[in-house]
Amino acid sequence: MTDTASSEPAPIEIPEGVWSQPEVDMSAIEEIASVESVRSVRAFASLTYDYTPGLATTRFLRAIKEKRLVGERCSETGKVYVPPRGVSPVSGLPTTEQVELGLDGTVVSFCVVNLDFTGNAQEIPYVSALILVDGSDIPIYGLVREIPYNEVQPGLRLKSVWVEDSEMTTSFENIKWWAPNGEPDVPASELADYV
Amino acid sequence: MRDVAIIATAQTKHVRSATTVNEVELIQPVIQEVIERSGLGRHDFDFTCSGSSDYLAGQPFSFVMTLDAVGAWPPISESHVEMDGAWALYEAWVKIQTGHADTALVYSYGKSSPGDLPRVLSRMTDPYYEAPLWPTSVDIAALQARAAIQAGVTSEQAMADIAYRSRTSAAANPFAQLTTSAQPLALMDEEYLADPLRRHDCAPVTDGGVAIVLAAGDKARSLCSRPAWIRGIDHRADGHHLNFRDLTTSPSVRIAAEKAGVANGPVEIAELHTCFTHHEPILRSALGLGDDVEVNPSGGPLAANPMMAAGLIRMVEVANRIHSGEVSRGVAHATGGHALQHNLIAVLEGEG
Repeated sequence: MTDTASSEPAPIEIPEGVWSQPEVDMSAIEEIASVESVRSVRAFASLTYDYTPGLATTRFLRAIKEKRLVGERCSETGKVYVPPRGVSPVSGLPTTEQVELGLDGTVVSFCVVNLDFTGNAQEIPYVSALILVDGSDIPIYGLVREIPYNEVQPGLRLKSVWVEDSEMTTSFENIKWWAPNGEPDVPASELADYV
Repeated sequence: MRDVAIIATAQTKHVRSATTVNEVELIQPVIQEVIERSGLGRHDFDFTCSGSSDYLAGQPFSFVMTLDAVGAWPPISESHVEMDGAWALYEAWVKIQTGHADTALVYSYGKSSPGDLPRVLSRMTDPYYEAPLWPTSVDIAALQARAAIQAGVTSEQAMADIAYRSRTSAAANPFAQLTTSAQPLALMDEEYLADPLRRHDCAPVTDGGVAIVLAAGDKARSLCSRPAWIRGIDHRADGHHLNFRDLTTSPSVRIAAEKAGVANGPVEIAELHTCFTHHEPILRSALGLGDDVEVNPSGGPLAANPMMAAGLIRMVEVANRIHSGEVSRGVAHATGGHALQHNLIAVLEGEG
């Protein structure tokens, strides 16, 4: 037996000298002398979980279904976190005050993606950016479109582009991507705390 | 060796399923409570160590998110074990012994409710020979229980007695999940879950967490009127493959108990990490406990079993009784892996 899977795996090519397992001399045991050695085992595993977003993230997800972005404020530092997970990472205290955020934001950092690891879901190159949503103190990830990739830079002002109202769910995927909103760039000095 | 003590403890009210909160929302109140009880400020801890497992929540690096609850800014000295919190305490104890810390915050938690726990735990087996068979934790425990019954270590009647005693003891534990039980004879009438285990023989599936504060020497004396001193602590592992072991005994517990000095004085109480009823006689024997030693006055894991926390809770239950002056010397045991594979023993004492 060489494999437990129904489909045969591609043969593994190992360069000479790399294989550290010496051949085992099994000739003394007659019954197994002709048995082919096991080269690989495929054991498929699958576990199913019910995801619990928690109190704060549930509030965020319910709001995003209504095309609203809601962060939560740290009672000690005043910083607003989005998406909120219920606890301020600086003070360790629960965030209990909900804060209505804007639907626009600012690029604080970005990268141009030239590798297709989404399986053609995204035309390359594309821009993935850290976007500081208006009214919040921590950037979120977002896709930037409707602008040539080589014109994206920190400080670029963006608007969120949403799916049709009929398609809105309790999901971050309600925001399809972010696009320039036409406002002047934010000076880099104002973004120093968020990079 | 430096004198190190547990000076403060806190735990959740353990429940079958904490469906409304995420992991950080689950553990944050416990961490806040233990910090307040310790008398230390949030930034006064020289070291922080936690225990949890990504397999329970099904989320990679989930422990990084729960670090939010300690307020890790400015940056702190911190570590994590993918093990029960008892081993996080062990790491913190070593850190204090080496002189790198005088105080430590230790916490651990588990939300088992998102997945199918017995199946999730099957992933602890070796990946080549055992894991492809998907043996659940209950299946493996049943093999051990059958072997223990055949060896005369226990009986189905004795196991039902342990279940009854544990859950009725838990009636006095405000944090316990299961606090009632039918009479042992009635329990024996139930169907097998996995022969010879019935439902009552198995610890419940639990969501919950725990936190403790450790302090060394005079620091501990200044913060706590009666610290629970860790007089001995040791952990040992038996082989991973089930077929390499005699499942009816626990050599690793016996050696850890010797190294921790369990027999160096009277044992007033023992809190044992018994995930199944048949674990108790195996552990009693390996620890050399007499029949007069009270085991699991809190109800033990058979009354509340938050994965990754239930071992550290054993230390908390002994420490609480030392803090209150109820006892002066007790033994705490924590386990990891299947069928009592990896075991930690601690001896806790009060002074005066």
